[in-house]
Amino acid sequence: MRKRMIALSIVAVTAAFALGGCGKTASSQESGSGADGGSRELYVYNWGEYIDEDVITQFEEETGISVVYDLFETNEEMYPIIEAGAVTYDVVCPSDYMIQKMLENDLLAEINFDNIPNVEQIDPDYIQMSRAFDPENKYSVPYCWGTVGILYNTKRLEELGVEPPTRWADLWDERLSGEILMQDSVRDAFMVALKKDGHSMNTADEAELQQAKQALIDQKPLVQAYVIDQVRDKMIGGEAAVGVIYSGEMLYVQEEVADLGLDYTLEYVLPEEGTNLWLDSWVIPKNAANKENAEKWIDFLCRPEIAKANFEYITYPTPNKGAFELLDEELQNNKAVFPDKDKLVNSEVFSYLGDETDAVYNNLWKEVKSN
Amino acid sequence: MNNSKRLLAGPYLLWMTGFIIIPLILILYYGLTDRNGAFTLANITAISTPEHMKALWLSLVLSFVSTVICLVLAYPLAMILRHRGVGQKSFIVFIFILPMWMNFLLRTLAWQTLLEKNGVINGILTMLHLPSQSLINTPGAIIFGMVYNFLPFMVLPVYNVLCKIDDNTINAARDLGASPFQTLIRIWLPLSFPGIVSGITMVFVPALTTFVISNLLGGSKILLIGNVIEQEFMKGSNWHQGSGLSLVLMIFILISMALIAKYDKNGEGSAF
Repeated sequence: MRKRMIALSIVAVTAAFALGGCGKTASSQESGSGADGGSRELYVYNWGEYIDEDVITQFEEETGISVVYDLFETNEEMYPIIEAGAVTYDVVCPSDYMIQKMLENDLLAEINFDNIPNVEQIDPDYIQMSRAFDPENKYSVPYCWGTVGILYNTKRLEELGVEPPTRWADLWDERLSGEILMQDSVRDAFMVALKKDGHSMNTADEAELQQAKQALIDQKPLVQAYVIDQVRDKMIGGEAAVGVIYSGEMLYVQEEVADLGLDYTLEYVLPEEGTNLWLDSWVIPKNAANKENAEKWIDFLCRPEIAKANFEYITYPTPNKGAFELLDEELQNNKAVFPDKDKLVNSEVFSYLGDETDAVYNNLWKEVKSN
Repeated sequence: MNNSKRLLAGPYLLWMTGFIIIPLILILYYGLTDRNGAFTLANITAISTPEHMKALWLSLVLSFVSTVICLVLAYPLAMILRHRGVGQKSFIVFIFILPMWMNFLLRTLAWQTLLEKNGVINGILTMLHLPSQSLINTPGAIIFGMVYNFLPFMVLPVYNVLCKIDDNTINAARDLGASPFQTLIRIWLPLSFPGIVSGITMVFVPALTTFVISNLLGGSKILLIGNVIEQEFMKGSNWHQGSGLSLVLMIFILISMALIAKYDKNGEGSAF
């Protein structure tokens, strides 16, 4: 329940600061230069619940830099704020396709890798994967990665007489009426429908998108709710039989089921049709005022023991091979968290499709929602 | 006007400019421009697409139903309160205001946990061998959430107005032979009308624009106009469209302000 409480308090705090927050950070920014000319401040913009807070304190103590830490909930919410530049953040952690969008719109600064010696701790596979959105590996340093799959309640499925899902298409099974939790985000929802029919999740093809929209409309009566982070707690609470979930939630889910002594188990499956393989990376916006501090920050987070601490808190798979080696063998072999590479052959990384196609996706999603 | 009074108004003016006027101008600016900063009405006419009209219509229906339910619940309650002794009266009003000290989001989240299929209410119902409820993720749950959250905004203005009605007026009506029903229709209702109008707008407007209640209690399956605007800001990165649709919603808010100005001239029905 610890995380749930944190989520609640974050919601409350952000709500409370929604008005006063921005003005405050902007004004304190001017007063922050140190005596030696180097600034002692760092403005970090990260996902909610996406760091072990002790790591921030440790960074502050070690470097003497004071960190101003703000949160966002979606990439799309973060983008206009960086673009408008009202608050200048020094280091941000967006996902793959959003990094591509920021790059195409010239919002990112090249990272000086001389200041980030620890980047060699990152598994080359993920540096390779980054090329999908950062072709020359100049602008981003991987932080977390993962997959999207189906979480299912073995006992509930047995009661319903449905065999465990293996494909996205199983989420269209009428026997699961009212038992499905879908992702409430445009690209993820369309990914499920597009992959089901064997299309690329980065398609801009009108006919394929219309087909996916129709599939989502057909599925809607079976869906209990469209949720994002709540999939986790709802599945643990036994509210639904199947849910589309990010792989990083799995450790928490498994622990929680064991701790609560529930009479059912929750299993994770990577659908055969392939899925969304995602990567969240640190980038430095072009207008960053404290670029060197941002590089110190990234370097610090690439340290194996720090990456391990973050992994243990966030539980999203880490691309840091140094940190991976520090983990228990049992954890290293947890296939839900660290799937075999051959299971990922059909999977793709989201790419940025341009504002117009984005708008098409958004409008189609509204059609699904209002149907 | 003397100068010291003007100075005292300073902080308020500053507040109003910073947090009301400038944001409104920004919304107006975003609503009337496209991504390149050129003037356009497209963001406003976008309300006429089938999805948006459907969302707006659904919002209007749900908030209308909630407002009617709030009124039907609040009026008798306010009547009862009026006849209670001072101690009891303030206690009951206190009970009504108490939940408002807690964050609105948390209270709605709590109802989600209560109403869920394996939630607290169903747990109790099952224990008592009663059939379980399945309100969550339906329009009914959204109406429930709206009534729960906005009922105090109806009770307080109506109660305030009822308190100001002189007992002698009521006694006079009785003396002159009015039945209780006639007293209600011809005396109570007309005299409390300012409070009712004020209550209706204070429930209807927030209910019309809500997106949190439909997200949390409706499982995001029911798209209200508030959700459309939220999606434009949070998921579509399209502040222009979101602002344009907000401007359309503002029309409804202006209508209700006009209603208040017309029927509640003396501010009798103000809640606090």
